[in-house]
Amino acid sequence: MADKLKLALYWAASCGGCEIAVLDIDEKILKVAELADIYLWPVALDFKYKDVEALADGFLDVCLFNGAIRNSEQREIAELLRRKSKVMVAFGACACYGGIPSLANQFDRDQIFGRVYFDTPSTVNPGKVLPQTSYRVPEGELHLPTFYNAVYKLDDAVKVDYYLPGCPPPPSLIWTAVEAIVSGNLPPPGSVIAEEKAVCHFCTKRKDEKTVTAFRRVHEFIPDPEKCLLEQGIICSGPVTRGGCGERCLSANMPCRGCFGPTPEAIEQGANMLGAVATMVEGKDEQALAKALETVVDPLGTFYRFTLADSFLRLRNRSLTAREAERAGAAPAPKEVAS
Amino acid sequence: MKRVTIDPITRLEGHGRIEIFLDDHGEVANAYFQVVELRGFEKFCEGRPAEEMPRITPRICGVCPSAHHIASTRALDDLYKVDPPPAAKKLRELFYCAHMIHSHIAHFYALAAPDFVMGPEADPAQRNILGVVAKVGLEIGGSVIRHRSYAQKIQEILGGRATHSVMGLPGGVSRRLSSDERNQIIEWAKSEVEFAKFSLKLFEDVVLGNKAYVDLILSDGYAMKTHYMGLVDEDNKVNFYDGDVRVVDTEGKELCRFPARGTAYLEHLAEHTEPWSYLKFPFLKGKGWKGFVDGQDSGIYRVAPLARLNAADGMATPAAQEAYEKYFATLGGRPVHATLANHWARLVELLYAAERLLELAEDPDITSDDIRVVPTETPVEGAAVIEAPRGTLFHHYQTDERGLIRGVNLIVATGNNHAAICMSVKKAAQAVIHKGEVRPGLLNMVEMAFRAYDPCFGCATHSLPGEMPLVANIYDHEGRLTQTLSR
Ligand code: SF4
Ligand code: SF4
Repeated sequence: MADKLKLALYWAASCGGCEIAVLDIDEKILKVAELADIYLWPVALDFKYKDVEALADGFLDVCLFNGAIRNSEQREIAELLRRKSKVMVAFGACACYGGIPSLANQFDRDQIFGRVYFDTPSTVNPGKVLPQTSYRVPEGELHLPTFYNAVYKLDDAVKVDYYLPGCPPPPSLIWTAVEAIVSGNLPPPGSVIAEEKAVCHFCTKRKDEKTVTAFRRVHEFIPDPEKCLLEQGIICSGPVTRGGCGERCLSANMPCRGCFGPTPEAIEQGANMLGAVATMVEGKDEQALAKALETVVDPLGTFYRFTLADSFLRLRNRSLTAREAERAGAAPAPKEVAS
Repeated sequence: MKRVTIDPITRLEGHGRIEIFLDDHGEVANAYFQVVELRGFEKFCEGRPAEEMPRITPRICGVCPSAHHIASTRALDDLYKVDPPPAAKKLRELFYCAHMIHSHIAHFYALAAPDFVMGPEADPAQRNILGVVAKVGLEIGGSVIRHRSYAQKIQEILGGRATHSVMGLPGGVSRRLSSDERNQIIEWAKSEVEFAKFSLKLFEDVVLGNKAYVDLILSDGYAMKTHYMGLVDEDNKVNFYDGDVRVVDTEGKELCRFPARGTAYLEHLAEHTEPWSYLKFPFLKGKGWKGFVDGQDSGIYRVAPLARLNAADGMATPAAQEAYEKYFATLGGRPVHATLANHWARLVELLYAAERLLELAEDPDITSDDIRVVPTETPVEGAAVIEAPRGTLFHHYQTDERGLIRGVNLIVATGNNHAAICMSVKKAAQAVIHKGEVRPGLLNMVEMAFRAYDPCFGCATHSLPGEMPLVANIYDHEGRLTQTLSR
C-alpha cells in the first residue's frame, strides 16, 4: 500500500462524547489503525506538543477536531493543527456551532462564578473565596488558566474545510467520513458531511398538514408516536435541521433539538425555526400568532440549543468571527479575554 | 523551595494539574491537585424548561452522560411530585445498568488492566490496551469490544442514542420496549454476566495470584482512612438507581443516611471553596471542613466502587454477592481503605450490573405499555441522587410555577472525591520523593493513585491505552526549570 494516511484527532472544550462516538465504530477502530497513522490523539496516545510543532506545515492529511474554543490554549492548538494539516474537520456540534456549552454565552463569567461559588445551596463560602488565576499558597504560587468570556466555534479561530455535525456524530456517519477521507473521495471544501435535506424529510411519522393554536411541552401529554410531533404541538427542530442522524431522537418519541445544525437553506437555525413555528399556527393573524408563540416557553434555549455560538445574535462572542479570521489569515486576539 | 508540576497534557483543555512543593530539605511540603476547568452548567441552565434538563445536563460529561440523564430525570420526578409506573422505573434501571457495564468495561480494560496485566514497571510503549490484547490474546480483545458495544446498543434502543440519550421524562420514559428488543437484550445480558465473571477471574489470576500486586494494593502509600458514601436499597445492598444514600465512617459504622429523592442531602453535605481550583470540595456537614486530612474527625468522604461496597452490606444478586464476600475476606474485612482496591470493586459491580440487567430484561413488566404518568402538580423544587460510575451524583433544581429553571445545584461524582484525590496525590508523592530527589517512578505512582478513582475530569477517563501522558517540571527555589520528567 502507498503512504498511509496521516491523521490527527484532537479535543478542545468538549464533553468527551465525541471521543466515545469514535470508539462506537467498534471493531472498525482496528481498521482505522490499519489504514492510517495516527500522529496525535491525546485521549489515546501520548501527546507531545513539540513533536507536532516539529512537523512540516501541511504534513498531516486530516485533523478531526472536536469541542469548542473556550480558552487561549485551545485556540493556539487549533492554529497549530491548522498549519500542520491539509484538511481540517470540525467534528461534532461543539466544533461546528458551539454546541450546548455555548448556551453559556447568555451570561458572563461573573454571573457564572457568582452562581457556582456563592449562591448554590450546598456552598459554604463565608469568606467569598473565588478561584484565582494566580494565588499564593504558603509554599509558592499556583495558577489557573483564564477563560474567554464566551464560547467560540472552531471556524471562529481557524479555517475549517469540512463539518461533521451531531452531538455526537453518529458512528455510521463517522465511518462514512473516514471512508471518504481514506479514498480521497471528498466533497468540495466547506461541505457539511451529512444530508442536504432536513430531518423532517427522513422522519417516518405521519404528517397530516395540520395546524395548531398553541404549543405544548413534552411532559404535558403523551403524544401519538405515529404522528408528526410538531402537528401535535410539540416544538421539534426537524424542519430546519440537517438530516443524516438517523432520526435518533424521534425513534425514542422525542422531538429533534437540532444537533445537526441548520439545513443548507436555513442558514440561521434559530431564526428559521421561529419561522417554521409561525407557519404551524392556525389563522396566521397577528393576534393568533402572538398568542401561540407565548406558549413557546424558552425560544432561545430551544431554537438555538446547539448553535448559539453560530447565531447572528453573537451574544458575547463578537470579536472572534470567521470573517475576521479569513481576512487576517489567522484569528485575531479576542477582545473579551479577561485578565 | 523546589516545585514539581505534573500537568496531564498541558496543552489540553484544563482538566487536572498537580503541583508539588518541596521544602528546604527536599521533602514534600505540600501537593495541590487543581481542576482547571469550569463550564457553568449551574448558570446557563437557568431559564430552560425543567423537562429539557435530561437532554442538556448529559453534556457535562460524554463519558457518563447516562448518569446525568437519569439523575436529571429522577430530579424531575421529585420536582413534579410524580411516581412513574413500575415498568418505567424498570426500563430506566435496565438502561442504567447497561450504562454502568459500558463504563466499567471501558475503565477496567483500557485503563486499569495495563498496569496489572503488563505490570506497573513495564515499558510504557507496551503498557496499554494493545499490549494487554497482545498478552491475553486477540479473542479476548474482541470480546471486550463486543461487550462494551452490547451495552451501548441497549442504551441506544431505549434512549434513541447511546451517548446523550433522550427518553427520560418526569413520570416515566418516552419509549417502550418491544418483545423482539427484549429478547435481544436478554441474549446480550446473559453474555454480559459471563463476561463479568470472566473479568473477575482474570483479575484474580493476574493480580491476586501475584503477591507483589497484593502488597502494592495493601501498601500504606495507597491507603487512606476516610468515610464512605454510597446508595443502598432497603436491605442495605448496593443500588445504582434509587434508595437511600448511606454514609459509613472509617470503621464501617453508619454515620448518616438520607433518601435519594428530595433535598435532604443539604442537611448532610456542604461544599468548600479553595482559590486554587475551579472544582469545589464537598464534605460531611456533621464533621465539618477540617482541611485536607483523613480520619474519623475529618469531614472528608469518598465515593465510587470502593466506597459503594464499603457503604453497603452486600450485593442484591447472587454471583455478585459471592464476589463481594470474597473481596472483603481477601482484603481484611469492611471497610477497605486501599485506594487501589477500587479496580476490584469495580468488577464486583460489573457483575452486579450484568446480573441485574438480565433480571430486569426477564421481568414480565418490562415490555408493558404503561410507561408514563403525566404530571399535574405545580413544580417548585426537586432533587435526586444516583450512583454514577464514578460516584454519587446530585441534581437539584428550583423552578418558577411554569417549570422554568431558576436555580441548579450539581454535585458531580468526581467532585465528592476531590479532597481525597488531593490527599492521595500528596501521599504518593511523599512516598517517592526524598532529599530533593525525584525518582522517575513518581509519575507512575501518582498516576496509579489517580487512576484508581477514575477521575472524570482527567484524561484518565478518556485515555484509551491506559497511558496518561504526564509532564513533571521541577523548579529550583528561584523558579528555574532544572529538570523535566515526561513520557
Ligand atoms: S458535540 Fe456533543 S458529544 Fe461532542 S463534545 Fe460537544 S457536547 Fe460532547
Ligand atoms: S433528531 Fe435532531 S437532535 Fe436528535 S440526533 Fe437527529 S439532529 Fe440531533
